[in-house]
Amino acid sequence: MATLLWLIPVLPLAGFAVLAILGRTMPRRLAAAIGAGSVGLSAALALILAVRFLGSPPPGDALTVNFWTWFEAGGLKPGLAFHLDALSLVFTLVVTFVGFFIHLYSTGFMAGDEGYSRFFAYMDLFVGSMLVLVLASNLLVLYLGWEGVGLCSYLLIGFWLKDPVNVRAAEKAFVVTRVGDTALAIGLFLIFSRLGTLDIQEVAAQAAAQWPVGSTLAIAAAALLLGGALGKSAQLPFQTWLPDAMAGPTPVSALIHAATMVTAGVYLIARMHAIFELAPPVRLAVAVIGAATLLVAGTSALAQVDIKRILAYSTISQIGYMFLALGAGAWSAAIFHFFTHAFFKALLFLGAGVIIIGLEEEHDIFKMGGLRKELPLVFWTFLAGAASLAAVPFVTAGFYSKEWILSAARASGPAGLWLWAAGLAGAFITVLYTFRMVFVVFGGPVANPVRRRPGAVMAVPLVVLGVFALLAGFLETPRVLGNLPFFSGLLRPILGGRGPEPAGPAQDAVLVIISVAVVVAGLVLAWLLYGRGPKHGQTTESGAGTSRARGFFFSGWGFDWAYDRLFVQPLAWLARINKNDVADLPFRGLAGAANGAHAALARTQTGRLRWYAASIAVGAAIVIAVAVLL
Amino acid sequence: MMLPWLLGILVAGGLLAWAAGRIAPAWARWVAVAALGADLVLVAVIWIRHYQGLTLLGAPAWLLEWQVPWIPRFGITFHLAVDGLSLVLVALTAFLGLLSVIASWTEVKARVGFFHFNLLWVLAGIIGVFLAMDLFLFYFFWELMLVPMYFLIGLWGHEKRIAAAFKFFLFTQAGGLAMLLSILALHFVHGRATGVYTFEYAALIGAPLGAAAPWIMLGFLLAFLVKTPGVPLHTWLPDAHAQAPTAGSVILAGLLLKTGAYGLIRFVLPLSPEAVRAFAPFGMAIGVAGILYGAKLAFAQTDLKRMVAYTSVSHMGFVLLGIFALDGMALQGVVLQIVCHGISTGALFIVAGAVQERLKTRDLGLMGGFWNDAPRLGGATLLFALASLGLPGLGNFVAEFLILFGTFRVAPVFAVVASLGLIASTIYALSLFQRIFHGTKPGALRLQDIGAREVAVFAALALAIVWLGLYPQPVLNTSRTAVAGIGDAYRHSSPTPGQAKGAPVSRDDPGPHVRGEAR
Repeated sequence: MATLLWLIPVLPLAGFAVLAILGRTMPRRLAAAIGAGSVGLSAALALILAVRFLGSPPPGDALTVNFWTWFEAGGLKPGLAFHLDALSLVFTLVVTFVGFFIHLYSTGFMAGDEGYSRFFAYMDLFVGSMLVLVLASNLLVLYLGWEGVGLCSYLLIGFWLKDPVNVRAAEKAFVVTRVGDTALAIGLFLIFSRLGTLDIQEVAAQAAAQWPVGSTLAIAAAALLLGGALGKSAQLPFQTWLPDAMAGPTPVSALIHAATMVTAGVYLIARMHAIFELAPPVRLAVAVIGAATLLVAGTSALAQVDIKRILAYSTISQIGYMFLALGAGAWSAAIFHFFTHAFFKALLFLGAGVIIIGLEEEHDIFKMGGLRKELPLVFWTFLAGAASLAAVPFVTAGFYSKEWILSAARASGPAGLWLWAAGLAGAFITVLYTFRMVFVVFGGPVANPVRRRPGAVMAVPLVVLGVFALLAGFLETPRVLGNLPFFSGLLRPILGGRGPEPAGPAQDAVLVIISVAVVVAGLVLAWLLYGRGPKHGQTTESGAGTSRARGFFFSGWGFDWAYDRLFVQPLAWLARINKNDVADLPFRGLAGAANGAHAALARTQTGRLRWYAASIAVGAAIVIAVAVLL
Repeated sequence: MMLPWLLGILVAGGLLAWAAGRIAPAWARWVAVAALGADLVLVAVIWIRHYQGLTLLGAPAWLLEWQVPWIPRFGITFHLAVDGLSLVLVALTAFLGLLSVIASWTEVKARVGFFHFNLLWVLAGIIGVFLAMDLFLFYFFWELMLVPMYFLIGLWGHEKRIAAAFKFFLFTQAGGLAMLLSILALHFVHGRATGVYTFEYAALIGAPLGAAAPWIMLGFLLAFLVKTPGVPLHTWLPDAHAQAPTAGSVILAGLLLKTGAYGLIRFVLPLSPEAVRAFAPFGMAIGVAGILYGAKLAFAQTDLKRMVAYTSVSHMGFVLLGIFALDGMALQGVVLQIVCHGISTGALFIVAGAVQERLKTRDLGLMGGFWNDAPRLGGATLLFALASLGLPGLGNFVAEFLILFGTFRVAPVFAVVASLGLIASTIYALSLFQRIFHGTKPGALRLQDIGAREVAVFAALALAIVWLGLYPQPVLNTSRTAVAGIGDAYRHSSPTPGQAKGAPVSRDDPGPHVRGEAR
């Protein structure tokens, strides 16, 4: 099993290395084979590993492989080692599987692009880094993967690097997440200075032993880790980078939103939940931030017209649900929602990608319309993904994961009612923006004919992901709906059980009924407003009185505007006014003074004897005067 | 006998290169390559032979020593010695020296022989600084590296080379003079107290100084802070860098600045614990100021070389922070940062040189969109820009994090503020890469990609930085006995002034600065 384990992250990294060094000289098919093949192989190995892991669990329910000690100095001795337990197994499976289908799709999507091998090199590095992140047994190694995915998001968002817009979006993603990363780094400094280790298992044990619940150190450590998680997972107040990140090729968005990158924050908090359990105020903050984010992002999604921006805001919003679950202490529920979300969000992005290239780079949903007839396969699969996103009851995976989160939020203590209400409101908004998108894009008459239809390599991932988007939810169902606790049972050794639960099945049933009612209401409203396609939708939205609110939501609640004035412009101004380094002024002054004195004294060198004689006489007089007077 | 060879090969090689340059320019280049290659082999031999001994506890402080009388009347001897710290630095010198000769193969066309003479002599001066164990000899080498560097900038530099060379010379010279005063003061204070008038390192450094300690320390500080450079004494650096030829910039950034850091570790830290401890917060403040101010200025520049120069100010801020944190872990990070900064910034200066050689401009406003023209150069630039912003997996990350981990244990506030440098470095490093390679071309300029010679140079640097990023242990082990003891002595000794007298560096301390073999 150990060999399988280390091969899983090493294969994509090796794929990256080969493509980075030789990629430009090799034929495209070989580049695609290496790029997608390495991840595919990883996925296959991950599956074998999972079967063996579940079939005969290793001692301690965990498996570790050691490469070597990264470095050793001053008591810090991070081992480059991988640690596989149920939590990292879930992430590994999702990252490799969803990653592989995105790679497969990309071999078709990127055909004809001049940077073909470069694209697969970056994508492999992305998957490899994410695997390092989730398999790391040490926080510093986790940070290695953490920064690796940050780098790859930069490289891939700015993949089409001739357009300054893409480059700026890429830079924004890297810099904004790096702010969070710095908080995480400081968190590592703090943890190491107090606990003397960065090994994840030891940190958890030491923290529980040394820090009482609610102690300042535990709160500070948890808050700093949270800072890192908020940045990577695009939660308030760091969410601004993600909507712009759709500047990259569409498969990149699928990868960032579903399998890698934005879920890293969720993983970090779940992985370090021992520390968060010691810091109740921070846990409340996680829940509140999640609730706020899911509402802010959900309303912003309602106002977007760019299909990828709608999906981007929906990701922020869905990760808000995951944070809500984490804050409520339902760690496994967050991971379950990550699990279902990975399938339906990857699917939605890949479907959007087919539409976008089919309509020659059209992103505006109101210029689509009628695609149900033009792209039936995309329609049916997209519908499955959308239904799952909207948590359509009983038949979709999203319903089960969201329901778990909502019931846990409701049962999570004094703030539970409010958190649950926010989640419920978010669920309503989610249905609304999701089916607004579906009705406008696929409904009504055909507006523009489709020029390019997907081949098999692009269709297969859609179908596979579509199946998972519907069925993945049956791994865990509520007590009143079959009571299947497989997923929470899997994660029980690491994350504990299901988390907070309502008092009994009756309360469960009430919550389920309310959720179903909310989703149905949302569907009905969406149908009334947008049901007859883009024309109908435009009429609805041009209705009086909504334009100012729409503008506010469209701009994502004005965060970019505010940040621009608070940070970007002042810093740019500071850079501009002091380009020539004020610290050099004294030295330039000194040089100027020397030059001035030189000029002044040079003027006394007139060559006129009378002046010299006079100055000698005056000087002598002064000297004598001084001598006499003193 | 190996230590004088390290110097002798370069000194003789320099003279030979000058002579050979009169026959054909290529000969001068080959002579320089041969001399530096020989030095590199020599260092490697020393390193491999002594690596086991280095990592043992209680190993002798000096791996190799060589001493002959020079001016006995004044107690001056020609005393060279190498420990783990100087070994790492000498190895870096030979490595970067060799690469800088290869990198400027086609750039320098005038007076090629004299150019390589100066280049080899600067390097000889630098190696001398790292090896000298007699303070007078140290000062001699300190000045020796100055003059050829002045010529390198003044003769083969760019449009404003004369002014830049002057500025460089005056700043360093002023600092050097202060240091000379301190060395003389040390000589006389010690002589008066013991009757032995000597410039011997082991005798002078760590001896009780009484009330003179802060003043003597100040002289050393001035020289080393100008060189490192510490804000606000850094302003010579962007001018010198921008105007120097490629090899000059590489040596300036990669090696000359490091002599300042080396001096701080070797001479200032063990000089007087009380004085150093009193100064430490200011030292850390200078370091943090350098990190942030350098980064801010780097971002604002439009001249590629000035930009890289200011990134040096920022990176060397980490070095200063780590030194004055007075912590063994931070000091190990400092040594690694010295090496990694030498490699990554050296590489970025080679990039700048390659760009300037092809485009005849350093103005970033005239660049952009060169990725498709020069993907190999772009890839190299990206890699070293990422090293510069501290991406894990590359050496600078380990170095900076060790410094920050170490600093956090003793001065969390400084460490937290310095961490903002991680964000700042991201902004300038990305901007550097993007302004050259991303976007659309502003003009009709074409950037020809690098050929095999330059690919080889970048490959060597890339291998080094990746190796240091994934397995830096050999470097950490080599320097550990030499530096970790200094910092840990400070960390474990009580900071109260009454007890601190002689605490970190007492005569029977097994630490690195009490040399058993001192006569």
